[in-house]
Amino acid sequence: MLEHIELFFKSIFIDNMVFATFLGMCSYLAVSKKVTTAVGLGAAVIFVLAVTVPLNWYLDQYILRDGALAWLGPEYADYDLSFLSFILFIATIATMVQLVEIVVEKFSPSLYNSLGIFLPLIAVNCAILGGSLFMQSRDIQSAGLALNYGISSGIGWFLAILAIAAIREKIRYSNVPAPLRGLGITFIITGLMAIGFMSFGGMLTGGDEDEGVASPTTESAVIKEDAKKEKTLEVASITNEKEN
Amino acid sequence: MAILSKKDQRLILDPLADDNPITIQVLGICSALAITAQLKASIVMAIAVLFVMGVGNVVISLMRNIIPSKIRIIVQLIVVATLVIIVDQVLKAYAYTLSKELSVFVGLIITNCIIMGRFEAFALANGPARSFLDGIGNALGYGVILIIIGFFRELLGSGTLLGFKVLGDPIEKTGLYSIGYENNGFMLLSPMALIVVGLIIWVQRSRNKALIEEN
Repeated sequence: MLEHIELFFKSIFIDNMVFATFLGMCSYLAVSKKVTTAVGLGAAVIFVLAVTVPLNWYLDQYILRDGALAWLGPEYADYDLSFLSFILFIATIATMVQLVEIVVEKFSPSLYNSLGIFLPLIAVNCAILGGSLFMQSRDIQSAGLALNYGISSGIGWFLAILAIAAIREKIRYSNVPAPLRGLGITFIITGLMAIGFMSFGGMLTGGDEDEGVASPTTESAVIKEDAKKEKTLEVASITNEKEN
Repeated sequence: MAILSKKDQRLILDPLADDNPITIQVLGICSALAITAQLKASIVMAIAVLFVMGVGNVVISLMRNIIPSKIRIIVQLIVVATLVIIVDQVLKAYAYTLSKELSVFVGLIITNCIIMGRFEAFALANGPARSFLDGIGNALGYGVILIIIGFFRELLGSGTLLGFKVLGDPIEKTGLYSIGYENNGFMLLSPMALIVVGLIIWVQRSRNKALIEEN
């Protein structure tokens, strides 16, 4: 449970897709002129991420990673298909986006019209593929955590686009230097927001020492804790060396 | 350039400045910013995109008459994904540390909006030769911005260029550091990439007033 909560807040605030890894910037910049469209696209992104990340987690676990095909029989145990992950992930995503497009067109034509070209472009929204690729490279442990990761990073993206859309609606009344109008000022505001979000970085690291004293519940937690300590020790020794 | 007609020259030269994919068309920002903390990574990324754009545009343009328009996005994605897998495997084989540094961002070339944008806007309607030029032009425009950002971030952030200590040694206090210069570590953090792009846009648009947007 604890790791769910940790992952949830970590993916919303610390590893925020827009501010920490620049994923989904194209649609973030292009669709953030009005709050209502921004909300629509943000919701679509949350939904697509929530569906595709767990799906791709199963694909990764049972088909792609090293030795994942062992369930077919012992002779398949040393297959490593991970070089195929780009193509399989993107195929899943493209299919899901097509599905979402059909559903939205059916149930909310006004939203469909206002999203315009950007709905099919969700398929090529880096946030969606990035979610799956980060899920793979961060080695997320269970399908539940993958679902959590998908939803929470979607929420992080939603928050970011909502905030910038609100700011852009207000900034229309300000006197921005002419060459910076539109795109330029949006970039700079996003940069400032990203600096703001960096302050969340310390949110989950405080209280580590207390956790170490209290008896950790699982084996893996202990190992993680040790690995963390080793890392900090390493970093400390490196900095010491540098200073000397 | 004499071999190319005026019209074809424009295909290459326009995206370098007045129709730049990043600063004007707002495409391909996603994978561009995160890897520009070092010049080397920016250059490798630019070359990777150049390859994918050039080949991809030609392939799509050759297939443009047989792709049913309803499933064109999926076809395009498959073409790009195949090319990106090639790039990824080559990088893993010949530049392993760099490919670790670029991590998922090589994969994210697939969803680089420049590539899909040019497929949709150009390769689906034009012949292979012109599509090739368009692809190369746009990839170069993208690469130029990437290299400018990478140059400033590495120079100001760690005082090196491509790993060479051009400003002197910060530990032994040689070169600029002997008169009290310090590296600005903030340039290496992700938010600064956004602000550098903002400044590039500012410079470009004050030089060319026609590009200024309405508020």
